Amino acid sequence: MNENVLNAGRTGAAGAWLHRFANPGRFLRLVRPALPWLAVFSILITGTGLVWGYGFAPADWQQGDASRIMYVHVPAAWVAMAGYAALAGCSFFSIVWRHPLADLAAEEIGPVGAGFTFVCLVTGSLWGKPMWGAYWVWDARLTSVLVLFFLYLGHIALIRAFDNPAHGHRAAAILALVGAINLPIIVYSVQWWNTLHQGNTISFTGNSKIYITMLYPLLIASVGFYLCFVTLVCARMCAAIMERRTRGLLLAAADRGA
Amino acid sequence: MRAPKKRRLILLLVCGLCLSAATGLTLAAFSSSLTYFLSPREVLLKNPAPGVSFRLGGIVQVGSVNTVITDRMPTTTFRLTDGQASIPVTYTGLLPDLFREGQGIVAIGAMTPTGGFAAQEVLAKHGSTYMPKDVEQALQKAGKWNPKYGPPPPADTWNTMQVKGSNS
Repeated sequence: MNENVLNAGRTGAAGAWLHRFANPGRFLRLVRPALPWLAVFSILITGTGLVWGYGFAPADWQQGDASRIMYVHVPAAWVAMAGYAALAGCSFFSIVWRHPLADLAAEEIGPVGAGFTFVCLVTGSLWGKPMWGAYWVWDARLTSVLVLFFLYLGHIALIRAFDNPAHGHRAAAILALVGAINLPIIVYSVQWWNTLHQGNTISFTGNSKIYITMLYPLLIASVGFYLCFVTLVCARMCAAIMERRTRGLLLAAADRGA
Repeated sequence: MRAPKKRRLILLLVCGLCLSAATGLTLAAFSSSLTYFLSPREVLLKNPAPGVSFRLGGIVQVGSVNTVITDRMPTTTFRLTDGQASIPVTYTGLLPDLFREGQGIVAIGAMTPTGGFAAQEVLAKHGSTYMPKDVEQALQKAGKWNPKYGPPPPADTWNTMQVKGSNS
């Protein structure tokens, strides 16, 4: 019984800590002043990576200038997957702790993540034609990323499909969590199965199989793409909170008027 | 007397475990059809019937490429190998730019009754190595790598190599 009391106290404390940051008002106060800075840094860093990659980095010995499309394709793919991981994380918080801010974040991550996935698919297709000889093949890597895109689209549709937003949030959170199983499949698809898509070039534990003056612009562009994603999601969340407040005020005014 | 939050957390974790296990088993069961291509060794083991379309992947064997032009259309014959077995391939049409001896290739087509492979389409599978031309030339000159005969040496031997013109 003593244990139960202790446990109750602990979950209570954790809940209070979470709810302190789950407050949309606090989020707005914290994030809104940072938004212009986030935007400036994302544009500057993305620009640096892309200008370096497209203007100054050496071309690949066998793929020539076509290899430069990696400076968009690879960061977009990383952000698309990280965005889905964030979506699944928010859904987890939403289901277990019923976080209002987590639902809000999930709603706003969806379209941004889908956009990055779309960029990844299109640039990959444009890269595939001159190098492989085909815009699209149904190998494990390409198919699993296409599934990721459809998961994003399904999430966008489902979270807005109910008259009662709470039902939409619940259903979409379950979809996002079930779909998270696709993330390890994307990552390991090139190791588990024969694919036309190349294996991993960048390694976080060993040596990356890429020349250093090609690696740096790739990493800088990736940091830039991550920042762009964070900026877009934060801006959308702020806009959504403001929209809700405005709607609340208008409804209250209408009630008073009636 | 469990808090509903804790109950939901446990429920979610159990569901996640079951789902992962189910997916893992499914993928393991279907792994042969998830594979994009068969290697020459697998083809010789499975012995697919002539005329049945499948994808054959391997390395273009050095010294096996031979092109004949008839009616202004090139017909190329080459052997695809995985180091253990090799299969002769015939293809009529333009090959992708990256086609070369030692390159990874995926050919789509079917076996012929004579034991060769008639390709309808040839796709180039480039490796995961990215280096400037100068570095590749320097490695070749130093005798450390010939792209015809296998993958490049370990990345730490070249990915910071100083070569004139490669640092920009």
